[in-house]
Amino acid sequence: MLNQMTIPQKLSIKHGSGKKVMMHGVLMIYTFIALFPIFVIIINAFKTRKAIFKDPLALPTPDTFSMVGFEQVLLRSEFELFFANSMVVTLLSLFFVLLLGAMVAFALTEYKFRGNLFIAILFAMGIMIPIRLGTVSILNLMSNLNLVNTLTALVLVYIAQGLPLAVYILSEFIRQIPKELKEAARCDNVSEYKIFFTIVLPLIRPALATVAVFTMIPIWNDLWFPLILAPGEGNQTITLGVQQFIGQYVTDWNSVLAALTLAIVPVLVLYLIFSRQLIRGLTSGAVK
Amino acid sequence: MADVQLKNIKKNYGDVEVLHGIELDIKHGEFVVLVGASGCGKSTLLRLIAGLEDISSGELSIADRVVNNLPPAKRGIAMVFQSYALYPHMSVFKNMSYGLKIAGKSKADIREKVEEAARILHIDHLLDRLPRELSGGQRQRVAIGRAIVRDPNVFLFDEPLSNLDAALRVKTRVEISKLHQELGATIIYVTHDQVEAMTLGDKIVVMNEGRVEQCGSPLELYQHPKTQFVAGFIGSPKMNFMDGRVSAINSEYLDIKLSNGTITQAHVESADLAIGDSVTIGIRPEHMQEGTDAEMVLEGQVTLVEQLGEASFVYMQLDDGAEIIVRASGESTTTIGERIKVCFSPVSAHVFSQSGQAMRRLKAGNVKSHAELARLKAVGAG
Ligand SMILES: Nc1ncnc2c1ncn2[C@@H]1O[C@H](COP(=O)(O)OP(=O)(O)O)[C@@H](O)[C@H]1O
Ligand SMILES: [Mg+2]
Repeated sequence: MLNQMTIPQKLSIKHGSGKKVMMHGVLMIYTFIALFPIFVIIINAFKTRKAIFKDPLALPTPDTFSMVGFEQVLLRSEFELFFANSMVVTLLSLFFVLLLGAMVAFALTEYKFRGNLFIAILFAMGIMIPIRLGTVSILNLMSNLNLVNTLTALVLVYIAQGLPLAVYILSEFIRQIPKELKEAARCDNVSEYKIFFTIVLPLIRPALATVAVFTMIPIWNDLWFPLILAPGEGNQTITLGVQQFIGQYVTDWNSVLAALTLAIVPVLVLYLIFSRQLIRGLTSGAVK
Repeated sequence: MADVQLKNIKKNYGDVEVLHGIELDIKHGEFVVLVGASGCGKSTLLRLIAGLEDISSGELSIADRVVNNLPPAKRGIAMVFQSYALYPHMSVFKNMSYGLKIAGKSKADIREKVEEAARILHIDHLLDRLPRELSGGQRQRVAIGRAIVRDPNVFLFDEPLSNLDAALRVKTRVEISKLHQELGATIIYVTHDQVEAMTLGDKIVVMNEGRVEQCGSPLELYQHPKTQFVAGFIGSPKMNFMDGRVSAINSEYLDIKLSNGTITQAHVESADLAIGDSVTIGIRPEHMQEGTDAEMVLEGQVTLVEQLGEASFVYMQLDDGAEIIVRASGESTTTIGERIKVCFSPVSAHVFSQSGQAMRRLKAGNVKSHAELARLKAVGAG
């Protein structure tokens, strides 16, 4: 019922086998294009500096293999700190985007109140207008609040950045939950909060996973706001931290590539966790 | 005592009024069936009683307490939804026990109650399954079980059998009936199926376009429908209607001239009818027979024969174009295209005025409903 709405199933509408081959071909080309830069980053992270420049597309051989980048990153910089900062910011933002997003979506779809439409429109505008346009005011605001150079500033901005899309997607899913379920719960004297946490949230788990993936990646990869709001020592995120290896005259490519390779790992792990949820959600509703 | 009283209940959605002043008086322990065509407001009425919709005007009391503004959980009701509305991610046990848990009952209490209900409904072996691992009939039982464990004063059922296949529907119908005897609770049951209504209800409320058309015991509705709508709704196949005019008025019966010229008698009160008034005469298919054994005879052409085994439904067209159905014997040899005569007794005729109001029947059988009979017998024995 709910789960049939998720995106991957829409693609599985029956096609002729010719069309199917074409579709798979296009998807494979797309996958290749998307993965290619990552592949290049990873192979070069394990090569000597010379080998990187000589033949960037070659795989590391025993001759060219080198871990010097990783040594640099792990020993000579505060990599663990950057990493922890990124983790804290991403996870906190993600948590609040999902929680608040689902709550807003529930309120907007479930209850009729004055201003309902107005709030919904505000969130829709949030999807259309990039938050970076407001950078100057955000910086002003943060400095008034004494939050410049804190991770809190980043978390707040990322929550604002992630909420509109989360509200939009989750509303669609919450609307699919049959109203009888909530009514049955009301007859059972279940409070509105409990209805939200024990009935609505578990049923939109696949949607939460989707939103989590969409929300997490831009936050993890963001350079703009860390640079503006929290550039100070001790608060740098991984994307910002890596910049120290990129100099105006010399760039320590070994370290840059090694840091980027390491930065891929956590997103990958999170993605695997969420996508398991996605798939579980898909199959659980499929059998009637 | 969980009497349910509805006084002039109205419901509007925006400018549209869907219930126009419902009056109902439901006694404790009664099995009341709300029946009517789709869209006539049955579900809305049930949801008003449950507290899932606000009452626009009027007064609803349950157990002598006005409950207009109480939330569903405080009304002492339990509702079984047409779609069952089981929590999909909770096991059968959790589905049934969730309300009790919220009410703060102890673990042991909860287990005892759920197991008891599961035993009554024969679902004790399914307690650990998820709803999606159950068949339609089993889900239905879980939904009923969830209602039972709450010990409500009033059970509300909204078309609970409509998602089941025919065989299971009959079986579950019987079980709900037994359940009512076992629990002794008040039940308000919505259906659009008149057979379900007839078989289950102590009292049937026939609704039509947001109004109560008639309320009474199944046999009362069958034998003394107050309006043409009720007459057509109760009974299967539907009652035959033929147009005519009053040609003579006697104290015992009316003479009615049908549009094909036949004069038939009908043993009904004349009330305010006058000679020459247009009326509709109604005869149930089961009160007609082939041949000319009864007093009133009609002639026509057979257009279809349905053989059910114990009876055959003969569809025929009278000379004036009226279509009627006759429940003939199962051995009937009538075939399509034949011209046949059918007959009925004036005692079994119903007469409706032009506004659809029924004339009181004078000689109709006064058979009591099974509930009344049981009561009378109990009094006699005691
Ligand atoms: N939420 C609603 N908003 C507007 N109209 C409604 C709503 N619910 C029901 N109705 C209208 O009320 C009438 C009765 O509906 P309902 O009680 O569901 O009928 P039934 O259960 O007898 O089939 C219908 O005409 C329906 O369109
Ligand atoms: Mg209905």
